[in-house]
Amino acid sequence: MASRALYSPRHPVLKKRDDFEDVLEERRRSSDLRYALRCYTPTLYKGLVPCKASMLKTIVLQSDHLQYVIKQVSSESGDSTECVAEEASLILDEMAQRLQLSIVRFFAFTLSKAFKRLFRSVCVNEEGIQRLQQAVQEHPVVLLPSHRSYMDFLMMSYLLYMYDLPLPVIAAGMDFMSMKFVGEMLRMSGAFFIRRSFGSDKLYWAVFSEYVKTMLRNGYAPIEFFLEGTRSRTCKSLTPKTGLLNIVMEPFFKGELFDVNLVPVSISYERILEESLYARELLGVPKPKESTSGLLKARRVLSEDYGSMHVYFGHPVSVRSLAEGKINRSQYNLLPRYIPQKPSVDTHEFLNDAAFRLVRIQEENMVLKPWVLIATLLLQNPDGLDLSSLTEQTDWLRHLALAFGAFLDWPDHEACSEVVSCSLALHRHLLSVSAGHVQLSVTDAPQVETTPEEAVFHRAVIVLSCASYRNQILHVFLRPALLAVAIQSANSNRKDDVYNCFNFLRNMFSNEFILCPGDSVQDFEEACYLLMKRGVLQVLEHEIVMSASGHSTLAFLCSVLDPFLQGYQVVCHYLCEETNENLTEKEFIPAVRSFALKLILAGRLKCYEALSSDLQKNVLAALLRLKAVRKVKVGDQVTLKVNKIAVNSLEDTLGGKIPTQKPILARL
Amino acid sequence: MASNSSSAQQRLRIIAGHLQKRPEDENASVAAQECKAEAPRSEPSSATPVPKRRQEIMKWNGWGYSDSRFLFNKKGQAEFTGKRYRLSGLILPSLKDWFEATFGANLQHKSPATPSLNLSAVAPPNLNEPFVEDLKAAGLAMSHDPEDRVFRAHGHCLHEIFALREGRIGRVPDMVVWPSCHNDVEKIVELACKHDVCLIPYGGGTSVSSALECPREETRSIVSLDTSQMNRILWIDEKNLTAHLEAGIIGQDLERQLNEHGYCTGHEPDSMEFSSLGGWVATRASGMKKNIYGNIEELVVHIKMVTPRGVIEKSCLGPRMSTGPDIHHFILGSEGTLGVVTEVTLKIRPIPEYQKYGSVVFPNFQQGVACLREVARQRCAPASIRLMDNEQFQFGHALKPQVSTIFTSFLDGLKKFYITKFKGFDPHHLCVATLLFEGDRGKVLQHEKQVYDIAAKFGGLAAGEDNGQRGYMLTFVIAYLRDLGMDYYVIGESFETSVPWDRVLDLCRNVKERIVRECKERGVQFPPLSTCRVTQTYDAGACVYFYFAFNYRGLSDPVHVYEQVEHAAREEILANGGSLSHHHGVGKLRKEWMKESVSGVGLGMLKSVKEYVDPQNIFGNRNLL
Repeated sequence: MASRALYSPRHPVLKKRDDFEDVLEERRRSSDLRYALRCYTPTLYKGLVPCKASMLKTIVLQSDHLQYVIKQVSSESGDSTECVAEEASLILDEMAQRLQLSIVRFFAFTLSKAFKRLFRSVCVNEEGIQRLQQAVQEHPVVLLPSHRSYMDFLMMSYLLYMYDLPLPVIAAGMDFMSMKFVGEMLRMSGAFFIRRSFGSDKLYWAVFSEYVKTMLRNGYAPIEFFLEGTRSRTCKSLTPKTGLLNIVMEPFFKGELFDVNLVPVSISYERILEESLYARELLGVPKPKESTSGLLKARRVLSEDYGSMHVYFGHPVSVRSLAEGKINRSQYNLLPRYIPQKPSVDTHEFLNDAAFRLVRIQEENMVLKPWVLIATLLLQNPDGLDLSSLTEQTDWLRHLALAFGAFLDWPDHEACSEVVSCSLALHRHLLSVSAGHVQLSVTDAPQVETTPEEAVFHRAVIVLSCASYRNQILHVFLRPALLAVAIQSANSNRKDDVYNCFNFLRNMFSNEFILCPGDSVQDFEEACYLLMKRGVLQVLEHEIVMSASGHSTLAFLCSVLDPFLQGYQVVCHYLCEETNENLTEKEFIPAVRSFALKLILAGRLKCYEALSSDLQKNVLAALLRLKAVRKVKVGDQVTLKVNKIAVNSLEDTLGGKIPTQKPILARL
Repeated sequence: MASNSSSAQQRLRIIAGHLQKRPEDENASVAAQECKAEAPRSEPSSATPVPKRRQEIMKWNGWGYSDSRFLFNKKGQAEFTGKRYRLSGLILPSLKDWFEATFGANLQHKSPATPSLNLSAVAPPNLNEPFVEDLKAAGLAMSHDPEDRVFRAHGHCLHEIFALREGRIGRVPDMVVWPSCHNDVEKIVELACKHDVCLIPYGGGTSVSSALECPREETRSIVSLDTSQMNRILWIDEKNLTAHLEAGIIGQDLERQLNEHGYCTGHEPDSMEFSSLGGWVATRASGMKKNIYGNIEELVVHIKMVTPRGVIEKSCLGPRMSTGPDIHHFILGSEGTLGVVTEVTLKIRPIPEYQKYGSVVFPNFQQGVACLREVARQRCAPASIRLMDNEQFQFGHALKPQVSTIFTSFLDGLKKFYITKFKGFDPHHLCVATLLFEGDRGKVLQHEKQVYDIAAKFGGLAAGEDNGQRGYMLTFVIAYLRDLGMDYYVIGESFETSVPWDRVLDLCRNVKERIVRECKERGVQFPPLSTCRVTQTYDAGACVYFYFAFNYRGLSDPVHVYEQVEHAAREEILANGGSLSHHHGVGKLRKEWMKESVSGVGLGMLKSVKEYVDPQNIFGNRNLL
């Protein structure tokens, strides 16, 4: 059942994907109330240990693992064990879900109404659902949806209810809980709440991990969590977190479960509800706190058209087959299993690798709408395009994307121009169309005169919103684009030189994009393969030769990465030129932002994406990883110590000023 | 109670006095011989039960006595032939249905064995003439008859028996030699060293670890050293309760002869009808009743072994010593790689006055394991306590002989109704623990109550002596049943491990599931039988025994598939915290995991001992290391 496809060589083009069904169609035809009240009899796990939510709590609190940690904490802190146990019980109360069918039915009713207003269609691959139905019976299941919107987990539960699958319990951030009623409602629909950071709090970690493991071991319900940890504000997949993945895999490692099925789910939106909110957040306008009144105000969104939505349930991935030959399970033989153990180096590497691959699967199954292509082109042409030229280029890009294996939802039997104008209409708030000329622009322009800073800000909101669509297709172009840039900056046809350049870029950008660690050779070969197939390159034994017809493709691919190259250089430039000794970590983002803003105002920078805090954070993470910047703790402040020579040389290399040379690589 | 125990003592005296006669009182049967084959009464106990030409009474290509086998008669009913066993001559009406339903087998599809040994398939012996001459001069019994050689070329692994049934003969020993005492062995080993021949000790031939297989790479003449004629009880010391024995004696003869003196060793491995004392020592054997008597390492007081370096033994019969690492532990489990065990002093015990079987039904396996764990914690395990899983329980049921009266079948129905309907046990989950109590009558009854009380706490219901006894019978006939299966495209085997208590359930579930999954992945057309039992309890863990069998129709190389699945199952055991072996040993079958199991240094220690004791590799069976 569970596929081993995770490690099979990737031939993206040959990938066969399932067909979709629109689940709203039925909802539009029959009564929502009857639907919400219908008989719900989910398929169950064959090894299910039936137990109520309240029983669950007792099991967790009395587990050997938790008892052990309680004693440990008690002896370290000097508090009595009763006292620590009480604390554990409170943590569990704060955390635990209380799934109730009545609330689920309430959601089934209201969400039916809401979804019908918001979306034209919600498409689901029913074969994926059938696979899930199988998987759910065989082994405990972990659902791993992508995370782009608050809608994600509501939609997941909604769909599982619809298809008579067991409702998942969902790991949610604590911020939801502060919402009156809604927090409790979510709890009763299966959400459990975890604190955003509990670093070294042993007791919290023990309660949390034991809670999740108990539910998994007993087959209580599928566990759902987001590998990316949080909603991606940029619609690029985020570097996955491994903490929860380790928790759900450990019962297998320790032999408590025969296997666990991981099911990656890709949820894609034609138009994201939080679109402009995200852009503002990236520009430093703080994220509105989750509150019930905020939610009520957000009712406005209900009146808008968000196009269609696609949910793709991927093939279940068996943890057992993933771990085969990679994890030596007998390492757990010599310690009683209830004693918590930090994952070994090998295990950690495995978890990280698995997490990356799962996110790659999410990416590959993400449905892309035509607008994604259009947004890519509009961003590359800040001065706009004629409609006819836009249509022509979109069609060209469509074929390129398909050749690279993109999962494109392009309407059958419709003229390209029709498709383009449809997409433009749906996203009209990001563009202006006048006299056949299409351009990204602020449409609801403020009445009053604005300062230049505000104008840049408004423009940046549009660019970043638009970029969030282009980002959805980046994973398709990423590898060939890295190769294209490498060829351009290598100044050499020698395969080795190009590979070195490629590797440098890949290394530099590995916080920005999902690039599986250790896969650089495969990635390089994949990129070569794709470009060769398109007739752009000829890859010989020691040489890479560009073909005459390939220039436009290479140019396109280079400009896909251009905003990132520029953005990274801006940040490096800032760190080399503008910083003093005492730049604190906290000041970093605002300082870079105002630096970039200055450059834009001065007309020296055209790239608005350099303003994105996401990009800035990623650069910092990359520099820290490459040890060009160090964190130093001074008092309760963390300051950044910049190795200016190293950062400067990275900046130069990114700018293609000097070819990648061995010394730089060696330092990396 | 008091009168009970005094009468018990009296009876003990009577038993000791009238050795031959079995007590009339059916409750006080003497030993767990009920299930095993009984030697014909007329045979004087001093006669040699294992002839040099074993093939005269035993199968050359299957398990056990030639006269005892399962077959499906013309009516399609299973029956067990011969007169040796309690089951002999009985019809087993439900076995056919169970067999067909479990394996998807069909009585129409037969896979019979080659009827007789094709002598031309046996390679001519590679004799070391000077060695043979010297042996002759020393007056030692020997043979290079092909039948004798083939018989000693194998144990009872599936691949060994399967090949024999197909008439395929691999490398076999070039000759067989029968020493009749310790001095003979010394002579043989000395000559072997002198002429550089390879010696492979052979006891009962019941190995299931490929330990008896002749190494393919061996170019020297291979001599099988058959200890069966060294089978005397040399002395019995009633003051210290020890007996000095020749190591070739097989289990059933040892027990029977000791019983005649009013004693027993209490060492009863499932193979005791055929396996030998020397074999137990060389593999670290374990007996069913180890809870009372201990495993072999707790039973031995003294061992004498002939090695190429000379004889190794301790200088006294002290019950325990602190004289550096115990040299016995180099011998125990050495699997014939260091020398031949010739004489052993064992502890003996007076025959227990009273013996009682019992059984407990649990609603599920988890509850059963929890109960066994509690019994072990309270250290009140009966002589034997075993927990069979649901599949094995059903297997045991299929071996129920034809019920004689309508009344018994009515009673059976009533019992089933009570357990499944009234008590709500799911017949597809319930499992059964079988018990054997031993000791003086009063204590046994008290002990029994204690165990049943514990069982009740875990939802266990007493389910009668019959079920218990049938459970033990299964272990003695399972090997015969395998031969039946092999007549109908079904192959299988058992394997075992030991594991800490907290991992028992997980290990059982994971290994069983791994077997099912591996079979499916390797193209086995029918779901396999994959079943286990917890067969021994210890303070810190348990021994788990697996049965695994499948229908191989449609497979081109069934033995290879079987071996791959068993390999995977062993990997799964190790990954779940189980040991490489509890009592079967390593042999050549499990050698590849030795380093992982005992660490590189550990393996190096063993190797250096081998190097010192046997630098010429005279004992060249290449087991273990």
